[in-house]
Amino acid sequence: MSIDKTSTPPDDHVVENPEAAAGAATVVDPRLLVREQGFAGYLGEFKRKMKAGDLGATPVVIGLAIIWVIFQSLNSNFLTAGNLSDISVAMVGTGMIAVGIVFVLLLGEIDLSVGSVSGVAGAAYAVLTVTHGMSAWLAFVLSILVGTAAGAIHGFFFAKIGVPAFAVTLAGLLFWNGFMLQILGDSGTINLDSEGLVAKLTSYYFPDVAASYGLAIAVTALFFLSSFLGNRRREAAGVPSRLLSETILRTVLLAIVAFGAAAVYNQYKGLPLAVVIFVGVLLVTDFVLRRTTYGRKIFALGGSVEASRRAGINVEMVRISVFAISGTFAAIGGLFIASKIASANQGAGGGDLLMNAIAAAVIGGTSLFGGRGRTWNALLGVLVIISIQYGLALEGIASPVQYMITGGVLLATVVIDAVTRKTQKTAGRA
Amino acid sequence: MSATPVLALRGVSKRFGAVQALTDVELEVHAGEVVALVGDNGAGKSTLVKTIAGVHPIDEGVIEWDGKAVQINRPHDAQNLGVATVYQDLALCDNIDVVGNLYLGREVRKYGILDEVEMERRSRELLDTLSIRIPSVRIPIASLSGGQRQTVAIARSMLGEPKLVILDEPTAALGVEQTAQVLDLVERLRERNHAVLLISHNMADVKAVADKVAVLRLGRNNGVFEVKSTSQEEIISAITGATDNAVTRRAARSTGEIKK
Repeated sequence: MSIDKTSTPPDDHVVENPEAAAGAATVVDPRLLVREQGFAGYLGEFKRKMKAGDLGATPVVIGLAIIWVIFQSLNSNFLTAGNLSDISVAMVGTGMIAVGIVFVLLLGEIDLSVGSVSGVAGAAYAVLTVTHGMSAWLAFVLSILVGTAAGAIHGFFFAKIGVPAFAVTLAGLLFWNGFMLQILGDSGTINLDSEGLVAKLTSYYFPDVAASYGLAIAVTALFFLSSFLGNRRREAAGVPSRLLSETILRTVLLAIVAFGAAAVYNQYKGLPLAVVIFVGVLLVTDFVLRRTTYGRKIFALGGSVEASRRAGINVEMVRISVFAISGTFAAIGGLFIASKIASANQGAGGGDLLMNAIAAAVIGGTSLFGGRGRTWNALLGVLVIISIQYGLALEGIASPVQYMITGGVLLATVVIDAVTRKTQKTAGRA
Repeated sequence: MSATPVLALRGVSKRFGAVQALTDVELEVHAGEVVALVGDNGAGKSTLVKTIAGVHPIDEGVIEWDGKAVQINRPHDAQNLGVATVYQDLALCDNIDVVGNLYLGREVRKYGILDEVEMERRSRELLDTLSIRIPSVRIPIASLSGGQRQTVAIARSMLGEPKLVILDEPTAALGVEQTAQVLDLVERLRERNHAVLLISHNMADVKAVADKVAVLRLGRNNGVFEVKSTSQEEIISAITGATDNAVTRRAARSTGEIKK
């Protein structure tokens, strides 16, 4: 008996509570929503999802569009290639940290130490290369491992000892900030070699026009092929598959974004290395979360710890590893931030960095309640936050107002999260 | 029925702090046999199940599997032996879809990657063979009704072709038809030569499907009965620990009235 019936009775769109056929045994549960074929069906499904509170990335995409339109109308320099390119390079540091936060939020936990840990990584790299003359690559790897270790320690106290993650990472916030100040020493600021490895992270651009377009083609083709072949396999196995028209529509939308970005970069300095790395990280982490057993375990823990334990999942190891991942990405983000200012200083990892990283993950659509979210959320969220920063800076508006506006956006997002959760509950989808 | 039981507990004890939850409990379950485990609230049924499932390791005694003594310290140990447990609080992840829940902890992989297509195909097959009706195998568990969740949970237990299936009050929250479906499922398990340990408060269910009834009272054995040759009153008196109690008095009154 096939329950996901894709064929439909004629005319009727979505059949809700039809009258029972007289005396007939129902082969298909009559309460099921039946999806219509073709594009109309796609639209109907989309509308139904919106009504049920299954918003996905829609609010943040709309929000981002509004933000861009407002700043563009205030200052015509906002949507120039140079500014957009700068925004996308500046967002990578916070974005990397937000990727780690997404992992932790999926467990339904929080990591408050990421700001401080990112500062430690930048300082460690500076001290190792500049003060101790260590090779750049070795120092690079070591400073990231410091972040991994810091995260693993938080994870240990949370998972094995049972201290709430909030408290452990709050302690971590203070400890690692002190640790950073300690290793920076009296000088306070260490300038990085402007031609060094870390400096290149945000200062290198692929000047060749072919690089941007090549990446755009590669990403689009990869997406199309994977969904096309995936659907072929589904058809062959006799399980419901997506329509070809839908796959093409999605591919076209992606292509517009990818080639649009490539065109913007080519008008300026070319394809930024930082963006390439960030997109690579997002692809890999998304794959890990959605296509591997490990990712499934993280989602399971975010849904029900007890169910996960009974399914034989090693809850403690998953928790420790997730905090280690969070620490690792905090360190990577810290190196990108150090790269942007080409130095490690006492203020690194402080200020609004932590809040921005958490806000980015949440604004992007990762649920605070665990079990829902994707690492791509980090990209969308951080794009919103950095756009606001750059837009206000263009207008010459100082940081107090910036904080208030970012705070407002975060509040709006969390409200949307809470409200959609409620709607989803009433629609039976949470 | 084989001579060696699939599962045998010998003198199993379990203590939580000041509470002696289980004392010297003996139990045998053979292949192709449904054993009902009954007892009042707090008799230790759930604790006993959890010791077999590896959630709470036992303090004393021996667990024998196919005649050999084994250690069950983690849920994985039990799973590896071939024990599948369906808990009263179903232990499904609300945010994951039906396929994901069915295969949680034993995902099908291809080149190390989750093989979603294969899992979905097999899920549909499994649900079809068990005549389980749910809207879609790709919707989150949160969207299903209580009865549907119960059937998903039982289907989940059958995926690994377990030798022993433990059902903790599988019909407690179900309607009339759903209960019948679950009991059908239990009988299908027996036909497929699984050993089944069924925990229930419902005497009608027990009489309907069980071969043997093991009674627990205050954490101790209080008799094992053949269902066919035992009356409901005998089982109830074993559960409550007395022949003269509220239940038997009530029963006596009503049969007395009928005789008159």
